Amino acid sequence: MSVLVVADNSKGKFKKGALEAVHYGHLVAQLLGSECHAMVIGEADQPAQLGKYGAAKVHHLSDASYNHFDGQRYLAAITEVAQQIGATVVILNHSSAGKSLLGGLGVKLKAGVVSGANSLPDITDGFSVTKNVFAGKALATIKVNSPIKVLSLMGNSIPPQEVGEEAAVEALSVADPGSSITVKEQKTVDGVVPLPEAELVVSAGRGMKGPENWGLVDELADTLSATTACSRPVADTGWRPHHEHVGQTGVAIRPNLYIAIGISGAIQHLAGVNQSKTIVVINKDPEAPFFKAADYGVCADLFDVVPKLTESLKKFKAS
Amino acid sequence: MKILVCISKTPETTSKISFTDDNSEFNTEGISYIMNPYDEWYALVRAIELKEQHGGTITAINVGGSSNDVIIRKALAIGADDAVRVDTDPSDAYDAAAQIASYAQGKDFDLILTGKETIDYSGAEVGSMIAAELNLPFISLASKLDHDGTTAVLERDIEGGVEVIEVTGPLVVSASKGMAEQRIPNMRGIMMAKRKPLEVIPAVETETLVSTVSYSLPDEKGGVQMIDPDNMDELVRLLHEEAKVI
Ligand SMILES: Cc1cc2nc3c(=O)[nH]c(=O)nc-3n(C[C@H](O)[C@H](O)[C@H](O)COP(=O)(O)OP(=O)(O)OC[C@H]3O[C@@H](n4cnc5c(N)ncnc54)[C@H](O)[C@@H]3O)c2cc1C
Ligand SMILES: Nc1ncnc2c1ncn2[C@@H]1O[C@H](COP(=O)(O)O)[C@@H](O)[C@H]1O
Repeated sequence: MSVLVVADNSKGKFKKGALEAVHYGHLVAQLLGSECHAMVIGEADQPAQLGKYGAAKVHHLSDASYNHFDGQRYLAAITEVAQQIGATVVILNHSSAGKSLLGGLGVKLKAGVVSGANSLPDITDGFSVTKNVFAGKALATIKVNSPIKVLSLMGNSIPPQEVGEEAAVEALSVADPGSSITVKEQKTVDGVVPLPEAELVVSAGRGMKGPENWGLVDELADTLSATTACSRPVADTGWRPHHEHVGQTGVAIRPNLYIAIGISGAIQHLAGVNQSKTIVVINKDPEAPFFKAADYGVCADLFDVVPKLTESLKKFKAS
Repeated sequence: MKILVCISKTPETTSKISFTDDNSEFNTEGISYIMNPYDEWYALVRAIELKEQHGGTITAINVGGSSNDVIIRKALAIGADDAVRVDTDPSDAYDAAAQIASYAQGKDFDLILTGKETIDYSGAEVGSMIAAELNLPFISLASKLDHDGTTAVLERDIEGGVEVIEVTGPLVVSASKGMAEQRIPNMRGIMMAKRKPLEVIPAVETETLVSTVSYSLPDEKGGVQMIDPDNMDELVRLLHEEAKVI
């Protein structure tokens, strides 16, 4: 009996969510009185470091042909390892890779699946976990009835903590079923933290009047080393790239800090951001619905107040 | 090209959410349902565009009760050729996926499209389950999809960018924003939809692997603290000392 955590990485570096998942796996294993194993697929910097977050053992499939994410071959590999070590709980990061694999793993392992779990399981009566539903408007407790459970962990739910030493890494080889998938190319922007992993986000909406004014937003974001986001109409009219669109139909995020500038706070926008730990709203309309979801509000003209906030932050950083 | 588009229903996005029976059931009273936006705006419309380019047929499938027929008719009005409803309220994601896979088995669909997730439970599970049941490759979160009948070229959203992927042979794809532009059904489409076939088929037996046992509402925010626009130093101080986020 064991807990298997798939620690996904991007270009060899573990994602923040992967470390969270390993630590979560460690806590689940403690609850169940079993052992947490981590699985790493493709090239990775120091897989042994996963031991620090609680993995008792790391299984590394380092064959270079696995460096690119391929849903078919990854699914076969994880299934094989889960069966080999007799995993009763398989945990993934709720990332693009995790979302591709989750349902397939459920089918292959005949396991019930919970996507985006955000709490430790309650094992007093079976095995149940909570997750956000209805765009964050409610929390559901989901009970998994099957002997094997497959979960993906929502980012920023459980802070990763160092609890141990480096773990032993065991090289892994698996049967390769082949694949009809070819990854041609990865187009990613280097140097910025991708939105789903960002802890600090500065976001702006139609109140900005036009793309020519985004210098204000960029300067605030640079000062904070934050990632930028935007509301849907802003992306739809081409003021900003689509991958910055947050909300129900865009990216759902839960950073530590979300600063919303000139965004009204429509329910579909809130759906993607209301899980943020702290929300600051800057809007000139005191009736803007966003203020109801905010922790801190500034009712003023953004063109006036955003540069002032940037100045204050620069002073704070310098002190 | 033979395309199957999976459509689900979801409460209208501005619905007020509440629960009954000691918070164990979702209160459907006063809730109006819509077709899941990812299914309607992206998966279905892209299927129609591919048919316009290459010919073929589009079947829409839903697993649900007869009250879903309104949503299925809308899919027909937008442009699906025919539709199937598997007559059962799915008990969990696996149930929905198993029903769809059982229908699709042996029917040689070149492409099975789903939305990236249903926006009520945000599962993002059904597509990958259908693929695993049918032993087909699954590409999630596709924001672009081209298909010439044999080979699909896709762009898939990943953290901080996209991945360009090629797949030969039949596949299952989940659609995210960008794959197509929403289409509003016109009068002619709505009239034609009434005459298009909607087949109702019985469900196959499945096991219920997960169940929702209770709901709760998230903790209320403590209320907004308004900051004097002329005192941004104060906001910075609060973010540092009180919220501890910078
Ligand atoms: C099914 C569905 C899904 C949707 N999904 C999404 C989604 O995922 N994400 C999303 O964002 N939207 C989504 N929407 C759209 C959403 O309903 C809103 O229309 C949208 O969020 C509004 O964007 P906005 O706040 O930038 O613009 P507006 O609503 O126009 O708000 C602009 C705000 O800026 C303020 N403002 C203007 N000038 C200034 C100034 N000088 N200083 C300070 N404040 C100023 C105004 O007071 C106003 O509050 C969806 C809609 C539907 C129907
Ligand atoms: N009951 C259903 N009937 C048909 N398709 C469904 C059903 N439930 C989910 N789907 C499809 O699967 C996708 C992902 O759903 P989910 O896994 O529930 O988030 C949806 O966008 C639909 O395309």
